[in-house]
Amino acid sequence: MDKIAIIIDGKEVEAKAGQTIMETAIAAGIYIPHLCYQEELAPGGHCRVCTVLVNGRPQSSCTHPAAEGMVIDNDTPELLEERRRIIEMLFVEGNHICPFCEKQGNCELQALAYRFGMIVPTLPYLHRKIEVDATHPDVFIDRNRCVLCGRCIRASRDVDGKNVFGFEGRGPQKSIALNTKGALSDTQLDAADKAASICPTGSIVVKRVGYAIPYGKRKFDKEPIGSEIEKAK
Amino acid sequence: MAKDQSSTIKEIITEFGNDRHRLMDIALKVQSQLGYISEDNMEAIAQTLGIPLVEVRDMVSFYSFLPREKEGKNVIHLCNAVVEKMHGMDLVAKAFEKNLDIPFGSTTEDKKITLKYTPCMGMSDQPPSALINCIPVTKICPEDVPGIIEDIIKGSKYSCEKRASSIPAAQVETNLMKEGEVIFSPMERGAAVRSAAIRTPDEVIDEITSSGLRGRGGAGFPTGMKWGFCRKAKGDDHYIICNADEGEPGTFKDRVILTEAPDLLFEGMTVAGYALGAKEGLLYLRGEYAYLLGYLEQILESRRHLGLLGKNIVAKEGFDFDIRIQLGAGAYICGEESSLIESLEGKRGAPRHRPPFPVTDGYMHQPTSVNNVETLCCAARVLEKGADWFKQLGTKDSTGTKALSVSGDCKHPGVYEIELGIAINDLLEMVGTDHPQAVQIGGPSGNCVAPKDFGRKICFEDIATGGSVIVFGKKRNLLEIVKEFTEFFNDESCGWCTPCRAGTTIILKMLDKILEGRGSMQDLEMLKKVGNTIKTMSRCGLGQSAANPILTTLQNFRNLYEDLCKTDEYIPPFDYEKAISVGVEIAGRDPVEEEE
Amino acid sequence: MAKPKVATTHMTGCFGCHMSLLDIDERIVDLIQLVDFDKSPINDIKKFTGPVDVGIIEGGVSTQENVEVLRMFRKYCKILVAVGECALTGGIPSLRNTVPLKECVEEAYLKGFTVVDGVIPNDPDIPLLLDRVYPCHEVVKIDYFLPGCPPPADAYWAALTALLEGREPELPYELIKYD
Repeated sequence: MDKIAIIIDGKEVEAKAGQTIMETAIAAGIYIPHLCYQEELAPGGHCRVCTVLVNGRPQSSCTHPAAEGMVIDNDTPELLEERRRIIEMLFVEGNHICPFCEKQGNCELQALAYRFGMIVPTLPYLHRKIEVDATHPDVFIDRNRCVLCGRCIRASRDVDGKNVFGFEGRGPQKSIALNTKGALSDTQLDAADKAASICPTGSIVVKRVGYAIPYGKRKFDKEPIGSEIEKAK
Repeated sequence: MAKDQSSTIKEIITEFGNDRHRLMDIALKVQSQLGYISEDNMEAIAQTLGIPLVEVRDMVSFYSFLPREKEGKNVIHLCNAVVEKMHGMDLVAKAFEKNLDIPFGSTTEDKKITLKYTPCMGMSDQPPSALINCIPVTKICPEDVPGIIEDIIKGSKYSCEKRASSIPAAQVETNLMKEGEVIFSPMERGAAVRSAAIRTPDEVIDEITSSGLRGRGGAGFPTGMKWGFCRKAKGDDHYIICNADEGEPGTFKDRVILTEAPDLLFEGMTVAGYALGAKEGLLYLRGEYAYLLGYLEQILESRRHLGLLGKNIVAKEGFDFDIRIQLGAGAYICGEESSLIESLEGKRGAPRHRPPFPVTDGYMHQPTSVNNVETLCCAARVLEKGADWFKQLGTKDSTGTKALSVSGDCKHPGVYEIELGIAINDLLEMVGTDHPQAVQIGGPSGNCVAPKDFGRKICFEDIATGGSVIVFGKKRNLLEIVKEFTEFFNDESCGWCTPCRAGTTIILKMLDKILEGRGSMQDLEMLKKVGNTIKTMSRCGLGQSAANPILTTLQNFRNLYEDLCKTDEYIPPFDYEKAISVGVEIAGRDPVEEEE
Repeated sequence: MAKPKVATTHMTGCFGCHMSLLDIDERIVDLIQLVDFDKSPINDIKKFTGPVDVGIIEGGVSTQENVEVLRMFRKYCKILVAVGECALTGGIPSLRNTVPLKECVEEAYLKGFTVVDGVIPNDPDIPLLLDRVYPCHEVVKIDYFLPGCPPPADAYWAALTALLEGREPELPYELIKYD
């Protein structure tokens, strides 16, 4: 059987064999909010923003395969609240100071917070001291803004074939590591790499292109993230 | 890097067949021979194996027992679990610090001894305890400390090389308080394996299914069903893995089973191997139980001699099966089956996406059944004595017995093998308690049960548990314990997903505000909400239960929280005295107050 | 009936949020028809003349004086609105929050590249620094928040008019910005 029928928010949708819930939803013009998922990469299941209820049980839609007869809740007030809280957690876990970040207006973390109506994080800030590595001539990594989505790792490994990035440590000490004993400039990273441009936040940024688009014309200035998926159908 | 180090690493890697999947063994051996796994060592490992450095770093940085900084020649890991603290751990810690003149987390100037803390190491029945190098020392009094240090400096007593010949009982008390009919009754070597061999694998699985046996790790998945899925799944190989990574604070029943009934366990693994069509079984032994490794290897060896492992087991043509023991390196999460498989493959112990489940796509992407130590013992006994015999023990949906690890405020801590369905009250009477204020069933990830619920039963229909039972007496500060449990989850979170990694850090900060007496009812509501987010949105069982210490006490002991929260009004977290103190120190003067 | 009173203040920030308030342009004329300004840098009234309906706070809390001012606003104002990223999150000044205060001060006044004959200023008129920069809601209860760096003039207008009419302020998507 190639065609699989599933129900998302009461709407019957058709999935192809092997598709995840996320892929099925996007193809059907349904937006499931997500952060670590990126359509060109294998899913990571890190951020949990895309969690939906599959027959009542929470599952990350980016990793969960669609199966015949699944009933999925996505756009519910309860899930909105949980997703907003996850975004808040990321805001207070890192040091996200939007006013001086090159990614402002084009940042997916910021955009999700806007979409979820976050005005200010209500959770306590952690204020961890994190170093910036700007040694590379064309790219810098500022782990203050890292959400540990692992996109850079997957892009470097699976698309660029370089393994520039990896994880290191566990729990609150977890961070993005480099494939070198030295700094970012000692890696094979090139500004043209997928890994250099796939960061959803301002953590890995190509130098000298920040603030290129004026306020008001940036990616998420007028319309919420996800509108492009919702309008595609 | 020193040339001899590099050649040592090459030798070690050759010993493990240049196999990237044996990175855990490689790293453990590099650590034991070279003292730590430096950046240079990681680079040498990566180059020799032909894998990226970042992959080695990813794996090594994950485990507590794989230090990347140079440590002393001897390392003392003092256990700082809740039960240990209840029994004077702090005084023992002070004695070590005083006698060595260094704080925990550091090394003596002569580089001889490093002091570190470690979470529950499976000795809660005989606290305070420590791992000295890899040898457990239990029931330590502050007065013992100078002697222990003297022995360490003299050398021989705590040498890891000796463990191959060590008898576990000599170092650790068994404390088997109640022997039940399934696990701790006498057994005949080979009886279960022979009983399996005269049946077809499907008949073996049918017998297990008919016994009603459910997984003893706590989740209670029917074992026969798991084996059936695994047998039916297509693959070049099938694997049976025994999960001996019991890390839930307060649990130690696997330690006692591995000490007292290892043959029964290996029977169970062999039976499973036959049923699944597996040629290889893997026992994942938690790093804290490294002292049992030599002993268990000896038993495996003697089983090979008896024809109970190896080729043509019990003289049955084609019944080939053997067992390898893989040592862990200090990571609670590896008790989760998919993390355990990742760890077995020489990677960080991060859970996998599920589905696919291990029964179809497990170790080396082959069909794999991961079973708890106790489950496999039960399976062996079912084959030996029959499903009908097994079923008459326990309750309808929870057949058989359960080994419970009982610790905390009770007269007779130790392992009790009881029939499933026992009331908490009856258990408390058996272990000797004096009107406790709470019982933690299932460890921190389980439920903190109040006296009004002591009539409830321990079984899958009511309160399920992997076996940890911690009794808290009247005088214990329950909320401090809740905080320690939450810190444990925070430390042991693999960090993969946001709610568990960030959520547990944040919820600790929120809990602190309440414990400091600066919380309001609004903070309690928020605590519950964040706890629910962690529970609902986390990726694996660790995250999904990381907020349980807070959530179950908010439910069962709400009065303790409310006593600390005097108002419904918002109380800002700001602490003026603390905030201004550094400024006062720098300026060397008090603030000048302005008039309104 | 007396007009509602509004007070504003500026703490650790750049005054940009006050500038943005003035960016409501000619609507300022409408605004002063609706309200009277009490203590505010806009009219240079230094002290509260009495209870105030709406207090507008710009900037985070980084000094002993900021704490006093903020607490005074909480005391005098029925409704407190924190405006701008510094007031909401600590903002750019909160960059110092990951560095111990002593190191910060020494870097700025003693060890920095451009420092000649450095001395840490310590006149009694200078308020003492706090260990870090706090968002306003960590120090007192804040009733409403206006995000942005600075909040757009239209956001001020939408929020203020709503509050004066007794409605809950609700910002449309385009007016919620953290930058």
